[in-house]
Amino acid sequence: MKRYSEKELIKLANQLRQDVIEMLVRSGSGHSGGSLGMADIFAVLYFKVLKFIPTKPNYPGRDRLILSNGHICPILYTTLSRAGFFPLVKLKTLRKINSQLQGHPHNKSLPGIENSSGPLGQGISQAVGLALAAKMDKSPHRIFCITSDGEHNEGQVWEAIMTAHKYKLNNLIIIVDNNGIQIDGRTKDIMPISPLKTKYQSFGWRVLEIDGNNIKQIIRALELAKQSTKPVAIIAHTILGKGVNFMENNYLWHGQAPSQAEATEALKQLRNAI
Amino acid sequence: MVKNQSKNNKLLPAKGGSTSGGKSTRDGFGEALLLLGEKNKQVVVVSADLAESTRVDKFAKKFPARFVEVGVAEQNMLGVAAGLALGGKIPYAASFGVFSPGRNWDQLRVSVCYSEANVKIVSTHTGLAVGPDGASHQALEDIAITRCLPNLIVISPADYIETKKATLAIAEHSGPVYLRLTRQNSPIITKNSDRFIIGRANLLVPGRDVTIVGTGPILAEALLVAKELAKKNIKVEVINCHTIKPLDKNTILKSLQKTKCLVTVEDHQVAGGLGSALAELLAENYPVPMEMVGVRDTFGESGQPDELWDKYKISSPHIIQAILKVLKRK
Repeated sequence: MKRYSEKELIKLANQLRQDVIEMLVRSGSGHSGGSLGMADIFAVLYFKVLKFIPTKPNYPGRDRLILSNGHICPILYTTLSRAGFFPLVKLKTLRKINSQLQGHPHNKSLPGIENSSGPLGQGISQAVGLALAAKMDKSPHRIFCITSDGEHNEGQVWEAIMTAHKYKLNNLIIIVDNNGIQIDGRTKDIMPISPLKTKYQSFGWRVLEIDGNNIKQIIRALELAKQSTKPVAIIAHTILGKGVNFMENNYLWHGQAPSQAEATEALKQLRNAI
Repeated sequence: MVKNQSKNNKLLPAKGGSTSGGKSTRDGFGEALLLLGEKNKQVVVVSADLAESTRVDKFAKKFPARFVEVGVAEQNMLGVAAGLALGGKIPYAASFGVFSPGRNWDQLRVSVCYSEANVKIVSTHTGLAVGPDGASHQALEDIAITRCLPNLIVISPADYIETKKATLAIAEHSGPVYLRLTRQNSPIITKNSDRFIIGRANLLVPGRDVTIVGTGPILAEALLVAKELAKKNIKVEVINCHTIKPLDKNTILKSLQKTKCLVTVEDHQVAGGLGSALAELLAENYPVPMEMVGVRDTFGESGQPDELWDKYKISSPHIIQAILKVLKRK
């Protein structure tokens, strides 16, 4: 696997953001904000950290990425495509009839997709099951799970967090997209989950808190996480809609796709940023 | 009608004949799991704090490294089971029907069925026959909410012996399966030599006048009925429909072409249950008179299984009434 420099990863993340905008303007619906906010983390995961062979998407020793908050799948799709799992041209079919790129991820539709998600709260349990299976098989591969702050409203999340601690799943790394926003507004208004760090710690987890839009910090946190004797939660403070000024931190962009004019402006901003 | 019923009652053994004695299907499950554990190293068990009640405790003792206890958390139980399956394991996730697939239906739908995760969902407490625990614990809707899910097979064995076979057979099937079991002891009505094939109904009693299609241990009541009506020269054919999905259309339709009428029997709501499943089959393929014996849009209550089957009109006298009614409609 090619070794990407930090600079290259920053550039890649920008490309992923442009892909997301292009996909969503074509599909006419979908979730822009979280997809843009998580682009840096996806770039680091797939181009620096995860072990996989895109031509053999099911080989047993691969690292697994479970996307629990499935609605940000545009960023997963474009990352998988850029990582070589399927041709870029397929990105144009997002949310269209007969497409492999479903509105929320489906493991049976597309190579590289490990789980099905959409209803919130289920992914961490799936990740715990995968981590348990890896432990039973004494396989060194790791399970990464992307979740979000809003998703922690779901009780099942906490059930899974307790289970990971009970079984000492240090092969499980959760990344919480902590952008402070959920579909109807600010998490602090809808259902405050702060202080998330001490909650995880009191559940027996190792917690790392980072700027989730800072490539250097993301790399460092994932390196540290791999050495943990406990399950690890990386609380990644991200900016919803990162890179497009009219989307940033605006909850209305949680679940919305850009119009043609908005997309043109967004792409202009993203291209100028490099 | 009341007179008839008491008369029919006299023909039958003492109360509780089909809800006591014998062995429970959950015991068959617990014992088969031990065999399966030896045979197939990929088999694992996930429990939500009911290991003794669901009889997976024996597996837990023998194979502790392949036993996952998640506590009272059925949603997480199914999610973890889905993850284990995606990781190559064959998880059996055991609980009571009201909790699983009751409480965790969304997890069953998306984490398991949509994902085609090779999970075996086993509920050991279903039907009115759960008994004294009362309505909150009597799963009467589980068939309805499982047979509507794509990719899911639904199996409801008739007794202890058949449950052992089913427990082993579903491990060989790659894909999600719901196994509906029962708490109470019930008569052994199948033989060790009977073949168990997923999706293939078994003929228990051959007849020519009316077909009973039943599922689960309540089939013992149907067998009593067949015996009693034989004395009156009514020949009842009894079919054990252990697989509710996919239905064995051939066996059922072949029988109906002979008898020209049907009575379904289940310890479950008629709405969405076996009765509904067969009504769908008949309406599209071979509409003949049909009566459904099952729970009618009501919750249960505390009581002994036989008392509940009587009160909620699914015991043998009520099957006889249904047969007499359907014969008149022929």
